[in-house]
Amino acid sequence: MNDTMIPLMTETVLAFLPFYPLISFLLLIGFGKCLSWRVAASLSIGAMVLSALSSLFVVTQLSVDVPVITSHLWTWFSLSLTEGANQTTASININFYLDGLSAVMISVVSGIGLLIHVFAAAYMKEDENFSRFMAYMNLFIVAMLILVLADNLVLLYLGWEGVGLCSFLLIGFWYQEKENVLAARKAFIVTRVGDTAMAIGLFMLFKELGQLTIVDITQSAQTLWITGDDKAYWIALLLLGGAVGKSAQLPLQTWLPDAMAGPTPVSALIHAATMVTAGVYLIARMNGIFLLAPEVMNYVAWLGAATLLLAGVAALAQSDIKRVLAYSTMSQIGYMMLSLGAGAFSAGVFHLMTHAFFKALLFLTAGAIILALHHQQNLFKMGGLLKRLPFETALFAVGLVCLMALPGSSGFFSKEAIIAQLWSSNTAGPLLWYCAIFGALLTSIYSCRLFFLAFMGESRFEQNLQPSSSKLLKISLIALAALSLVGGMFANIIDMSLTQVFPLVARSTKSEPNWLHTIAIATPFVGIIFSWFYFSSYRSKGSAGLNQNNFSESTSGIANFCRQGLGFDCLYHWLLVKPYCSLAKLNRRDIFDQLIMLNAWYVVLCHDVLKSGQTGKLRWYAAAIGLVTFLLLLVLSVGALSTEAS
Amino acid sequence: MMSIFMELTPLQLTFYFAALLAIVASLKVVTGKNTVHALLYLVVSLLAVAVCFYLMGAPFAAGLEVIVYAGAILVLFVFAIMMFGLGQDETLHAPSVNGRVDGSKVNKFNLWFGPFLLALLLLTELVYAINSGEIQAKLTSNTIDAKQVGILLYGPYLLAVEIASFLLLAGLIGGYHFAKPEGVGLDRKKDIGEHG
Amino acid sequence: MIAIPLSHILILASILFVIGFIGVITRKNTLFILMSLEVMLNAVGVAFIGAGSAWQQADGQVMFILILTLAAAEVALGLALLIQMQHRFKSLDIDLLSKLKG
Repeated sequence: MNDTMIPLMTETVLAFLPFYPLISFLLLIGFGKCLSWRVAASLSIGAMVLSALSSLFVVTQLSVDVPVITSHLWTWFSLSLTEGANQTTASININFYLDGLSAVMISVVSGIGLLIHVFAAAYMKEDENFSRFMAYMNLFIVAMLILVLADNLVLLYLGWEGVGLCSFLLIGFWYQEKENVLAARKAFIVTRVGDTAMAIGLFMLFKELGQLTIVDITQSAQTLWITGDDKAYWIALLLLGGAVGKSAQLPLQTWLPDAMAGPTPVSALIHAATMVTAGVYLIARMNGIFLLAPEVMNYVAWLGAATLLLAGVAALAQSDIKRVLAYSTMSQIGYMMLSLGAGAFSAGVFHLMTHAFFKALLFLTAGAIILALHHQQNLFKMGGLLKRLPFETALFAVGLVCLMALPGSSGFFSKEAIIAQLWSSNTAGPLLWYCAIFGALLTSIYSCRLFFLAFMGESRFEQNLQPSSSKLLKISLIALAALSLVGGMFANIIDMSLTQVFPLVARSTKSEPNWLHTIAIATPFVGIIFSWFYFSSYRSKGSAGLNQNNFSESTSGIANFCRQGLGFDCLYHWLLVKPYCSLAKLNRRDIFDQLIMLNAWYVVLCHDVLKSGQTGKLRWYAAAIGLVTFLLLLVLSVGALSTEAS
Repeated sequence: MMSIFMELTPLQLTFYFAALLAIVASLKVVTGKNTVHALLYLVVSLLAVAVCFYLMGAPFAAGLEVIVYAGAILVLFVFAIMMFGLGQDETLHAPSVNGRVDGSKVNKFNLWFGPFLLALLLLTELVYAINSGEIQAKLTSNTIDAKQVGILLYGPYLLAVEIASFLLLAGLIGGYHFAKPEGVGLDRKKDIGEHG
Repeated sequence: MIAIPLSHILILASILFVIGFIGVITRKNTLFILMSLEVMLNAVGVAFIGAGSAWQQADGQVMFILILTLAAAEVALGLALLIQMQHRFKSLDIDLLSKLKG
């Protein structure tokens, strides 16, 4: 009886997993105004705890014998496609599908999500819209869980759109400020471009293969198509478009820096740990299709590398602490894309997990620092925080250590795993290896710059600091720091569970040079030493003058160019936004509305014509009678004529 | 054409002449500037039409035309004009600027062109209708005298006569009411109010 | 003796009618309008009498009598209204009475 009970229980737990935060969302939205901080916080955190515990339970049930757990909730709808005599019917169900990949994702989402919720409860305590905030955060978790647990692409798309919506709601949370709303709108629209590409890819998939369940798709694709098939190429390209939008890679990366307008927990949850990794998840999940299109995998790798370098360069010129972290996220996701493109799926997913740990830690610590400095975010107005905020400094340093992938940290294990597989991959190669190394160098340089500017040197912040004394804050930060440091130990477990998900990717048989690993490990140290000397002005005693005119942020052309995201914002503005806006201005009177108004205009015209006959003059009316008599006689005589003739 | 003309008997000739006179007189009525002159032209037209009636074999109608129409109705016209000075505008009038009642501008081409066109069209239509109807009837020499008319009036058309008398009564009362000068009836009401 | 075709009489009637019609729609003086109306009524009478004579029935003349009655009543009321108009507007311009405009 135990044997049959436990799977049933697991399925039930799996089925309810995403819905605890949903209930919490509904309650908070419905009764948010009347709830006190305590009640709202415990409601939202409690839901997250339940989800985290359920995911823990479900994950432990996975083993070598039970590689997959599925749970069927209900049938959503059926689609049928008739082509000639064939009729394929696919029924889209609400099913949850748990394998190694989903297990990693739900652990990350619910675990990190829980910690971030705890932090947010303390961070947003003074905000008057606290319940609304926690409600949106919970809704986001629901959508993300549905996304990673979906067994068919339609349900995945539902989750995909859900996270896009919540991202919009949360970025523009402080909607009274115009920039926040504009940033939210920009994020939504840019990701929408990617979503459209993905939707077209879904349509093509259904048309070609007749089904949308991921497992079935992978099977039929492998039987129907050969590697390098045209259809696989286009579908993979479209799915890549969707992934690029959500994960803020080239060319749709412009929304992520602006998205920092949202509160810091939002940046941590959505734009570091979970939503931006949805693209990575999509590519990993659809590896069946991608493996059938090696050119697209090459594109993925190159896109990842390009984003990696672009973001690294841009991060060197930023002056806002959160924007540095945003570009850093962009860069790290570039790493993940690079590894997926090279066929190293497990390494990419592992890096996703460790990145979630340390990036969330970095963002939340930055949030704590910003709060202590009365919402000051400019690096050139910080400094010397090592002495004034030692706790936060230590945590931030832990995060940076992981980011730079110094030996021993979790970031080290994941990044080395990626870099190791680049050289001899079929779809990547030595050139991309060099890009990855250069990217690692850039990472260490900007991390050191950030650290020196914010924490070392003289203090440039004159007012009193107000470090938060909330226990919740500190607990969540310490938990994240611990995970970042020891996360490397999970490598084996993760690898084991992921090998059952991802097929083995063929590697080229070129021999690798011996110095590969040595250089890869040494790179961060080279970067640290370089920045120690190059940015010495930032960390020295004379750095108090940095917020004066001499040593403030460089205003040279190149620096400005880099600061504004290497001109992409400008490019899109001139290429897309301005023409569209001028078209909209041209159509201000709305040509379709005018066409419909044509009807009304015509009626008014007729009315005017008739009205002009109402002169009120007697003679006019008499003449009208005469005219009509004439016409009547005309009609009658013509009628008489025609009857005569016929 | 002339031969047809010569074949007509004098009475027929008289008819056509009277018809022509009626038409000419009507034209002068319509284009007249002087009110009283126009009225007199109207009288002439009516008399000519009475001649036509007689020649058509309807002596009673001819008599009525002269006595009632020309003799009563037009005389009423003349009386009204004389008593209330309604015709003065036309005779003493100088051309006015904003085109109010303007006797001298009566014969402007612009004024007449449109109506003339319309009337011409109407006339053409009517004539065409009449001609195409192939009316073969011709008037005979039998007259329909007053006795026959009287028999009809007191017979089938009795109700019509009564209704006509209603109409006349209404006209009478209306005429009295509308032509009353202001303030005439008010004294009476005041009287009634005072007395009780 | 007299063989005037009915069509000629009807044509005479239409000519007189149209002349009266011109007068009605052209003249601005209300008095002239009334006079033109009389011309029109007269023309109608001609048509009726002609038809009655053509069919050798007295109905035409009866109709003519009724028309006469109508003309009388109409002239009485018309003149009364004209008097009022003269009293109020100090002019007989028919275009002044255009409050039903629009």
